[in-house]
Amino acid sequence: MNDVLSPPAHHSDLAEVPLKPLGKVLAVTSGKGGVGKTFVSANLAAALAKRGHKVLVLDADLGLANLDVVLNLYPKITLHDVFTGKAKLEDAILPAPGGFSVLLAGSGMVEYSRLTSEVRSEFLRVMNTLVPNYDVVILDTGAGISDVVLFAVSLASEVLMVATPEPTSLTDAYATIKVLVGQQQRQTIRVIINQATRPGSGAAITNQLQQVLDRFVVAGLNQPIRLVHMGDIPLDPEVRQAIMRRQLMMQATPGCPAGVALGQIARNLEESVIPRPA
Amino acid sequence: MKSTLAPPSPSLIDLPDLQLDDARALLAHDARNGQPQHDESPTDYLQRVIDSLCELSLKDPLTGLGNRRHFHAALVRQIESVARSGESVLLLLLDIDHFKNINDTHGHLAGDQVLRAIGHCLARCVRPVDTVARYGGEEFAIILPNCRPLFGRTLAERIRQAVSDLCVQVSPLLNIQATISIGGAYAPEWVRSTPELWIERADTQLYRAKSNGRNQACIDQPQELSVSAEEKGLLYSHLAADEANPFEFGPGNVTNRVNA
Repeated sequence: MNDVLSPPAHHSDLAEVPLKPLGKVLAVTSGKGGVGKTFVSANLAAALAKRGHKVLVLDADLGLANLDVVLNLYPKITLHDVFTGKAKLEDAILPAPGGFSVLLAGSGMVEYSRLTSEVRSEFLRVMNTLVPNYDVVILDTGAGISDVVLFAVSLASEVLMVATPEPTSLTDAYATIKVLVGQQQRQTIRVIINQATRPGSGAAITNQLQQVLDRFVVAGLNQPIRLVHMGDIPLDPEVRQAIMRRQLMMQATPGCPAGVALGQIARNLEESVIPRPA
Repeated sequence: MKSTLAPPSPSLIDLPDLQLDDARALLAHDARNGQPQHDESPTDYLQRVIDSLCELSLKDPLTGLGNRRHFHAALVRQIESVARSGESVLLLLLDIDHFKNINDTHGHLAGDQVLRAIGHCLARCVRPVDTVARYGGEEFAIILPNCRPLFGRTLAERIRQAVSDLCVQVSPLLNIQATISIGGAYAPEWVRSTPELWIERADTQLYRAKSNGRNQACIDQPQELSVSAEEKGLLYSHLAADEANPFEFGPGNVTNRVNA
């Protein structure tokens, strides 16, 4: 390298520079894996569809997608074929059992688990094409805060953080919230507590997270950050049964406690984020 | 790397038939590497030649530091580790200030001596786990795993100071003092970055250090992401309440309300 350097070409890391989020797009994320992101994405989509919304769930966990397992759908055409130009976008969209549409990543997406500029632009193209056609688009993101996850979240207008009451899940959720606040200047993050064992524990946990954030993160910022508790999904044996049978819980046993809770979360979203269907 | 299996029969490897001259010439700087030892099996000898060639292919011949290939491999390894462990890893790019002047004024041999001396100085400044490499020309790179964000600036400053204190004697009558500019960037924690993006962020800082007048260090400070013990303690305080009052959800008391 010469001593007199030319300024490096501007080539921004999207994990660090967020894009303008798209409207009506909800990113379902969590710090830790295995807390029920995909379960929440699919069943919330079904709950919203039941209330009259036109919903699309997009498998944004490009590396390790398992929305296909939850929905028991194994399509021939996936997002992978769209990204590689082998299929048209409209052919990759499927009707899912809960009355919503779904766009699955496909197992071949492992090669896209790194956020390259092609993945970015393909993802953006797909989103720009799809978002106008739906009332709500739910992005089922991967766990953790990899650059693909952060990129997917940066496209969403709302973040739904799923956590369980376990310390590990809360720590990872908290660390993720810190990243989203720092890198994407998020001011509102919506919290869903899954596998709650006690009524009211979700609100208490959210309140706790808020207090820690206010004390350790907000103190150094000039804007407040608001965590909004959207509801609890109780620990419910029906959920496990539906997962083991590879059925959508909202279809198999919508009246079980977890199903009722998801219906309530859908109503809460209507009150705060999504306009009621006409 | 030595195989624990019995050596293959001599008919499988016929040493005199192998075209090893180029390999021997490459390894000639180390007398032990060139020729088979009397008690050595052909497999062991070849393994030793291969190991030595591998080592040679990762070394910068002038400074003895890692070369660019070595650096790149180490960087990729660190990216994988950061993505999984969230460890904070610092990358420093270091460029000798006005090196062209040294070459033009004192000749390339003097320039080489300065490169070698600074390379050794860098290697002395860091821990054995760190990777010091010659990135190219008069530019070096250092990868520092497990380097807390608080220490990055201090460390870079210490390296800069050590180099500027260095007095390279290129001839009995000539001492050369050189300075370096340093740019540093941490790998984004928990994020699987790419070598290009990470290098680019360090390079941006190096450019800043150069344009601010050289002989200084600029570090791209990461967002503090770790969750401290104090934060954790506060986060888990609800668990005590759960323990004290472990009644469960019944069908009638599922209540969810937006609380904001």
